Amino acid sequence: MTQLLLFNVTNGLIIGAFYALMALGLSLILNLSNVINFAHGGFLVIGGYIAYTITPYVGFWGALLIAPLLTAVIGFVVEGVLIRPLYGRDPLYSLLMTFGLAFIIEDGTRFIWGAQGKPVTIPPFLARPLSHQFFFITGYRLFMVAMVTIAVGLIFALLRYTRLGIRIRAATLDLETVAAMGVNVRMLRSLNFAGGIYLAGLAGALAAGQLGLEPTMGTGLLMPSFIAIIIGGVGSLTGTLIGGLLIGVASGVTAVFAPAASEAVMYVLMAVILLARPRGLMGEEGMMT
Amino acid sequence: MAPPFSSRRFDRRSVLKGAAGLGALSVASPFVIAARAETPIRIGMIDPLTGVYAGVAQNEVMGAKLAVSQINAAGGVLGRQLELLVEDSANDVGTGVQKARKLIDRDQVNFLIGDVNSGVAQAIAQVSNEKKILHIVSGGHTDSITGPDCKWNVYRVCNTTSMEANSVSSLLFGQYGKKWHFITPDYAFGHTLQKAAATDLAKLGGTVTGNELTPLGTTDFSAYLIKAQAANPDVLLVLPQGSDMVNCLKQIVQFGLNQQIHVAGLQQELESLEAMPPEARIGIWMFEWYWKQPGVPGVDKFVADIRAVNGGKVPTARHWFGYTSVHTLAGVANQQKTLDSVALAKALGNFELPPEIKLQPNKCYYRAGDHQLMTSAFVGEAQSSGAGGPEDLFRVDHVIPGDETAPPEDATGCKLQWPA
Amino acid sequence: MTGALSSRKLAVQLAIWALLASAPYWMPPLGGYTALGTRVLVLALAAMSVNFLLGFTGVLSFGHAAYFGLGAYGAGLALKFLAPSTPLALVCGMLLGGLVGAALGWVIARRRGVYFAMVTIAIGQVFYYIAFQWSSVTGGDDGLRGFSRQPIDFGAFKLDIVSNSQAFYYFVLVCFALVVAIMGFILRSPFGRTLIAIRENERRARFLGIPVDRHIWLAFTLSCFFMGFAGALYALLNNFADPRGLHYSQSGDFVMMAVMGGMRNFWGPLLGAAVFVVLQDYLSSVTVNWMSGVGALFVLIVLFFPRGLLGFVKRGSQA
Repeated sequence: MTQLLLFNVTNGLIIGAFYALMALGLSLILNLSNVINFAHGGFLVIGGYIAYTITPYVGFWGALLIAPLLTAVIGFVVEGVLIRPLYGRDPLYSLLMTFGLAFIIEDGTRFIWGAQGKPVTIPPFLARPLSHQFFFITGYRLFMVAMVTIAVGLIFALLRYTRLGIRIRAATLDLETVAAMGVNVRMLRSLNFAGGIYLAGLAGALAAGQLGLEPTMGTGLLMPSFIAIIIGGVGSLTGTLIGGLLIGVASGVTAVFAPAASEAVMYVLMAVILLARPRGLMGEEGMMT
Repeated sequence: MAPPFSSRRFDRRSVLKGAAGLGALSVASPFVIAARAETPIRIGMIDPLTGVYAGVAQNEVMGAKLAVSQINAAGGVLGRQLELLVEDSANDVGTGVQKARKLIDRDQVNFLIGDVNSGVAQAIAQVSNEKKILHIVSGGHTDSITGPDCKWNVYRVCNTTSMEANSVSSLLFGQYGKKWHFITPDYAFGHTLQKAAATDLAKLGGTVTGNELTPLGTTDFSAYLIKAQAANPDVLLVLPQGSDMVNCLKQIVQFGLNQQIHVAGLQQELESLEAMPPEARIGIWMFEWYWKQPGVPGVDKFVADIRAVNGGKVPTARHWFGYTSVHTLAGVANQQKTLDSVALAKALGNFELPPEIKLQPNKCYYRAGDHQLMTSAFVGEAQSSGAGGPEDLFRVDHVIPGDETAPPEDATGCKLQWPA
Repeated sequence: MTGALSSRKLAVQLAIWALLASAPYWMPPLGGYTALGTRVLVLALAAMSVNFLLGFTGVLSFGHAAYFGLGAYGAGLALKFLAPSTPLALVCGMLLGGLVGAALGWVIARRRGVYFAMVTIAIGQVFYYIAFQWSSVTGGDDGLRGFSRQPIDFGAFKLDIVSNSQAFYYFVLVCFALVVAIMGFILRSPFGRTLIAIRENERRARFLGIPVDRHIWLAFTLSCFFMGFAGALYALLNNFADPRGLHYSQSGDFVMMAVMGGMRNFWGPLLGAAVFVVLQDYLSSVTVNWMSGVGALFVLIVLFFPRGLLGFVKRGSQA
């Protein structure tokens, strides 16, 4: 039993890392632009399909490198054309906008690549488990965790040490002053959005190796990302990271005792947080207005 | 204060004009449709063309459209041309019911086909029963449609979950072992499928080592697979369908579990196998119809016909479901020389499909007691590619007739109530 | 000036009711069908309930379909297990949606803005999940079946709303009129005025001594009761209740109807619902890619018609 539990906790961390990746992108966008990106799952799907399409030309590694960048470019354009006009307005409008965008992306990917799933192969040396006993830790999953760790590390380093990062963090707290200090806020927001979309595209490219690639792939991953942000605390990236990992582990552990409830447990966690500590584990008071 | 939008390139006026034009078109077009119609016979088809089942639903529609063009080329039904009206149920019951009412009330369809989703199919059946329209369920598998919820006007083409379980169980038991572990999708289809298989297993004398209920849309099966492996079964039965199936098998192969445990399942579809990387195409399954049947009359022509409209790809069972549904309706109408639903529903009992429709070696007919098509089960093994080419992803070992896999009529729980 | 305005308002109201009352007659020649009209009415009622919160109190609840769905399940369960009575089903649905809304509203009434929206979405999904998983009661993914609307016995005569779609349309119209009247009455009362004040400037309202949180909770609760009622009507329309009625995409549709018609206008959501339902019905019959059409509609409305169709009309008349 302890072995089963241990296995599931480890596995939960692996799954949680993936949730965290998705949630971080969403959180980045939410913090700076006050936009709930309903289309985040759609960008994940786009990332996956782009990776699938360019793999025959650039190989698995090339696709992993390029697909998120291409997705981020699409995100950059989308932000400029569709989301920027809505910044001054009620957050309702950006919500509806991303909502409609999600529809268009799902239908568009179905139109371009067809409704049927696409087979995605990963390099054979990654597809093997570490050992007979730890069969569920495949090379690919470890690789995914590594990628997530690198990406998260880079994001945090970017935010902490580069000028762009500092500006983003400042703008999250007080946009007006940052603008008054002469920073090009437009570009800041666009880059921030593109950054969040990059993470979504990366998640998609990684997911395609694990899951079946089809147009509705992203919708199931959107809600866990929301919950990760709520649990971790709106406004805190570290909180989102912890939230994602927590969901993964809770889900994995529950699967041991009550498999049907493994999805429910994240809602229960959310309910507990909302009742006991509404600002989230690491959220700051007053961030929720 | 002047509106800030007036300087934009796409200003409101032009958008409004475009929208008005579209609106006018939408109001005018029903008139256009009405003018074109010269009393064709209409079949309404409701399927989830968007959403998770879009792939298989679109294939069903493709098969139905082929049948319609064939029938019209041969003179139609009772001398009239056939028209297929397709509506999207979007995997939503409310939409499915609304479309059913639309097809029946506004478009005056004579027949109804649908849905892939069992829940939507049953909701539509309630409407078709109320309006006395002959209704063929093309792709919804849950037992109750030709079981406790059977209706006089509803017939079904695809297998029931019991039939699927019965077709594979003894083979698995004999060949692989008596300890089975289930991975079951947590909804009605999954539950009935698992129960049927577990019942068969109990009759054969085996044991169930565990049943993992996985929520629909589960992307990561690792937790369940860890438990399954710990239970040390002989056979791991993978019951989820569609993308869940793809995910699960992919992960099973990545974990190397298929080298420790025999992997099998019940229903498998070509669409799912095609969506998997080659190394994940493993396991013993049953197909409801398969395209490679050398020596069986009519199959080659059907394959060629579908290839022509399907971008060169071979037909799947779903194509065959749509194809058979339309041909059944046309066939029985032409035979009885009437369009009366009650007369045709009665005539469909024991109606046997001719070779160029059934496309399988065994006798294929609709059972009068529960309105279920006695169609064969194709049992075999998945392969990454076979002798038939890159699309030959399944090696058929046995073709079991429907009579042998279906539970007896009195065991289905169906009590048909005919109108007075 | 006020005389002219109020007589114009009266004329508009009369026109709307006349249109609605005669719908089963002018719809079929235009390619519509009575069930479509009934669906518009039910969804319009839901959209107006959302707008009670959104347009008039300024509170963005994006998970409101949960109470709609609860109303549907309430009605269905009542018909299936309690008694074959349509009025009872309506009451049960309304109570289920409203009481749950009251309980939840108390928990989240203090949050605002984007975070509030997120939380309402997540809570809505909890109910979706419960409806999906608790299949022994709700029927799970297959939905709640095995019930149907019952003819209503008025003592002197029986109203057959089961097989007569026209009769059912008028029944729904009467229910719609009832709820709309109540809603209008509330909005015109001092309580309603306070809600509008809160929408305009919450801080000032607070400074004036208005118990803002309590008002918002009351508005939330009332709107949930209306939603529950609309949901119950929906269950009667379909003879079915299913989890998708609780999903956040359904919530998004309701919000879009309110925005598209005009949030600030009482009748806006009705117009929005009519356009949305008819457009979706038409588009999905014409093309498989109707989702892009609906998505494009969302985008266009948000970018170019944020005040909705009625807001656009008003601007035009004022310019």
